[in-house]
Amino acid sequence: MIYFEDVSKEYGGGEYAALRDITFKIEPKEFVSIVGKSGAGKSTIVRLLIGEEKPTKGRVVFGEYEVNTLRPKELPELRRQVGVIFQDFRLLPTKNAYENVAFALEVAGVPERDIDDMVREALDLVGLSDKADNFVHQLSGGEAQRVALARAMVNHPKVVVADEPTGNLDPLNTADVIKVLEQINQLGTTVILTTHNKDVVDRLGKRVIHLDGGRIIRDAAKGKYTLA
Amino acid sequence: MFTNLYRLLRYSFQSFWRQRLLSMATMMVILLVLMVFQGIFVFGAVGEAALTSIKEKIDVSVFFNVDVPEDRILDLRRQIEGELEEVREITYISKDEALNQFKERHKSDEAIQQALEELGDNPLSASLNIKTDETEQLPVVAAYLKNIVPEEVVDEISYNEDNKAVIDRLTAIIGVSEFAGLILALFLAIVAILVAFNTILLGIYSNRDEVAIMRLVGAPNVFIRGPFVGLGVIYGFLTATLVTLLTIPLVYLISPYATLFVPGFDLVAWFWGGFIWLYLGQIGIGISIGVISSMIAINRYLSI
Repeated sequence: MIYFEDVSKEYGGGEYAALRDITFKIEPKEFVSIVGKSGAGKSTIVRLLIGEEKPTKGRVVFGEYEVNTLRPKELPELRRQVGVIFQDFRLLPTKNAYENVAFALEVAGVPERDIDDMVREALDLVGLSDKADNFVHQLSGGEAQRVALARAMVNHPKVVVADEPTGNLDPLNTADVIKVLEQINQLGTTVILTTHNKDVVDRLGKRVIHLDGGRIIRDAAKGKYTLA
Repeated sequence: MFTNLYRLLRYSFQSFWRQRLLSMATMMVILLVLMVFQGIFVFGAVGEAALTSIKEKIDVSVFFNVDVPEDRILDLRRQIEGELEEVREITYISKDEALNQFKERHKSDEAIQQALEELGDNPLSASLNIKTDETEQLPVVAAYLKNIVPEEVVDEISYNEDNKAVIDRLTAIIGVSEFAGLILALFLAIVAILVAFNTILLGIYSNRDEVAIMRLVGAPNVFIRGPFVGLGVIYGFLTATLVTLLTIPLVYLISPYATLFVPGFDLVAWFWGGFIWLYLGQIGIGISIGVISSMIAINRYLSI
């Protein structure tokens, strides 16, 4: 489903390499954690996957898309199939939880009559049906991240990418968010989690790709976060 | 489709409202440009009417001796019509008609009326008045008439060179004024585009979070860029409407003076007669300014 083949990403004309010749494959319905220190290249993988950047070398394949060759106008179609959440939530402070989720559907051109059901279903999935009217400042960090997750899920994407989703959260909220990610995975959605949270990775007991200095140094099917 | 259009319009109006003060300032600059264009249109119409009115008044007149029979004159008229392509219209004015016109023109002048009565006989000549499409053709016609009309039947061939000079001068003044107006309007249009560009740029900046989320969730290009093009359209449309509304009282105010300048010209009637085209023209110019500004801002600062 997702295939990185011999991918390198360099900045500053080759002065700095974020990724060096990495190759890996992710199958449908997998739950994969990509771990490593800050600057190891985890977020670069996410940016390459959603076409925000192009690799300096190699191929990035997602389903039938060869992402590195897509033209700008073809990217929206790809991105509708990948739900992404970030450490900083990226919610709109002027909208409440419901409106934040609905906004993703509106701008994707979903008919008005379908929006309400889809938003309520997504908020229900992340356990926030009762907080639909709350604005971002009225939500805890964990709840805000779950709203972001509802927004990422509302379009029924094939893959959810969580880029350091627990970086700003306390252990309790972290556990809530990871639990929702596991539920999403159990429903058949592929989940890619980038993190440097050892506890989270160890508790999951799923596949772990370990990055260091832009290279894959370990890829274990039921791995743990091993400090290099 | 209507849902998407509605959403695009809603996002555009949201941007407009969020930066309403800047939007007003931008619209004022566009308004200035459209006012200059409107001025050019109105000035052009008055100038054109003045030219037409003057052109209508000049012709070549052949005055015949009083004893020349009417048949002879009408023969000559047919000959001129057949041979001269430049002729637009030939009017035969008989002696009686000339007298009536003269009396009508001087009906308030008792001395002239009295003199005519004392004279008893009609002292006026019959004449042919010849009009051409272009004033440049008048000397050609006058020269031709001098050649073909026998001297013994002609009292005078009258062709006023001074009128042509007035027309040439007026044409030049109108041409130069319109050109200067156009240069001014184009200069102001560039200024307006720059101002609108900056406003739309700020719009993009203040909506950066929404734009980032739109990109993230795979919003089509039209949803990301459309609202800012819509913003340009709103600026252009509202300003064109405002200018057209402002023009209405101005036209009523100026109309009497325009009639004094060009007798018979009704500026109010001209304005309402071409109202739709004037309005559409303003909308076209206004929206062009807005959309050009948007496109520059979008292409430079709103990548997908």
